[in-house]
Amino acid sequence: MEAVRKETAKGEKTSKKSYSSDQWMALAFLLPSFLLIVIFVYGFIGWTGYVSLSNWNSLIPDFSFAGLKNYVYLFSDFRFQADLRNTFFFTILFIGLVILFGLSLAILLDQKLKGESIFRNIFFFPMALSFVVTGVVWQWLLNPSTGINLFLNTFGITPKWYTDTTILAGFQWGQIEFGLPAALIAVGIAAVWQMTGFSLAMYIAGLRAIPDETREAARMDGASEFQIYRQIILPQLRPITVSVIIIMAHISLKIFDLIYSMTGPGANFVTDVPGVYMFETTFRGNYYANGAAIAMIMLISVAVFMVPYLLNNRKGEA
Amino acid sequence: MVIRAFTKPASYFVLIAVSLFFLMPVYVMIITSLKPLDEITLDQMWTLPSSLDFSSYGEAFSKLAPNLMNSFYLVIPATLLSALLGAMSGYVLSKWRFRGSEILFTLMLFGMFIPYQSILIPLIQFLREAGLYNSIPGLIFVHVVYGIPITTLMFRNFYVNIPDEMIESAKIDGANFLGVFRHIMIPLSVSGFVVVAIWQFTNIWNEFLFAVTITTADQQPVMVALQNLSGSQIVQWNVQMAGALVAALPTLLVYILLGKYFVRGLLAGSVKG
Repeated sequence: MEAVRKETAKGEKTSKKSYSSDQWMALAFLLPSFLLIVIFVYGFIGWTGYVSLSNWNSLIPDFSFAGLKNYVYLFSDFRFQADLRNTFFFTILFIGLVILFGLSLAILLDQKLKGESIFRNIFFFPMALSFVVTGVVWQWLLNPSTGINLFLNTFGITPKWYTDTTILAGFQWGQIEFGLPAALIAVGIAAVWQMTGFSLAMYIAGLRAIPDETREAARMDGASEFQIYRQIILPQLRPITVSVIIIMAHISLKIFDLIYSMTGPGANFVTDVPGVYMFETTFRGNYYANGAAIAMIMLISVAVFMVPYLLNNRKGEA
Repeated sequence: MVIRAFTKPASYFVLIAVSLFFLMPVYVMIITSLKPLDEITLDQMWTLPSSLDFSSYGEAFSKLAPNLMNSFYLVIPATLLSALLGAMSGYVLSKWRFRGSEILFTLMLFGMFIPYQSILIPLIQFLREAGLYNSIPGLIFVHVVYGIPITTLMFRNFYVNIPDEMIESAKIDGANFLGVFRHIMIPLSVSGFVVVAIWQFTNIWNEFLFAVTITTADQQPVMVALQNLSGSQIVQWNVQMAGALVAALPTLLVYILLGKYFVRGLLAGSVKG
């Protein structure tokens, strides 16, 4: 672009006019998108923040200032405490498994096996589906009285899947029992089924970017296949792992549709998440200010991951 | 070498086992949807139907058909409009950079990661005021607006790879801002348009939160109708599974036919620059 500008500067008189009219056109191209984002993203976030500090907890809007009342209420609320616990454990479970499966499958497919593209397509296709479809299908597959349990019963195992209310390794903490709710494992299986393809695609792209010569050179030096992965390839995949963690974390923190269609809040809120709570309390219960407060907490939790990632990513180029 | 001879069969074993896990829901969906009602007992879930019965598709289709049409009325204009806006802003942010344009781009990008719950309450107030609440045009508008960050990102990254020299020489030949866009950028970004269109088509078709909060009853897109179908206890499993397949078919077909572009869109959404 610098070069272009110098060029136009030389022809001063003749190009001055067209240069500035081009700039007006550029502004006209960008302005609609920019204004829409400013209003509908930043303006509306500000408005939600304002609602979260108000007394609007009925059908009739009431914008009188309530201070942090709605936030204080939420953090002492059994359901919201359960949501925070569930989000915490679900996010760890989900990210861990998506990375484990994605990376292992990518390494297996990296051996240039026959039928590689068939396998790839099988692992990718769930990503083209809606979380709602995934929820509906897995709700049936993991129904405790049918589905997968028909197999497992023959081995004497009968998991209660998403209807299970036990909290694994739980201890009393605030109002809730803190630990991994067993029912979340069922939701996790469905989510991992759907999203493994994403991390697999990322790792495949990452592995392809590593030149064959790098491996050849290591082999010449007498490194075993295991050592090559351990010491050369995995370190090079680090930035990809960071991207996968961030993208999966933000999906997990705002998850709504999968849980809403598969299990709902669950008994004792064992599968409830802030996204479901926000939806139900705002649009079914008319607690707008509470809903807005949940939304702001969700936003902050996503921003904590996303903002440093975006800034870091943008700094990398320029 | 001994290890290699051993790892290949082991790799195939693992890959096939995982493939079976991935295909299992599809198998159950298909066989269940083809069973007559009296074979839908819980203990027969895995067995093949004794005869093919397409009646559940008839029932699912008659329940979902109006919502399927809603989804098409929503997805097609929303995809085209958001691709157009993305192409326009991506062009400026890649080839007409100015001071602060990178910051502005980052600010726009953030919009793609926010939980939409955090804009939903004002959005619904706005749509009510504008008379767009509970309407397909309202939903189109919403998807166009919140599609801007991802489409801008995709087009910007696509246009960055078009060499500046081409634009310079076009300018020397007298092309202005619009001329460069029409005669260089658009013709060179056809595959970029395909990637963006497939991505937006799939996402908007599959989207649920906006759909369930902004529309009711006969304005609802198919995913909300599917969720309602599975929520009602009277509807049989064969109809639900047929419904899920019918609702998933458009995006599945797009994936089967144009999967390469779909995966490119997927990678474009996370790898910036």
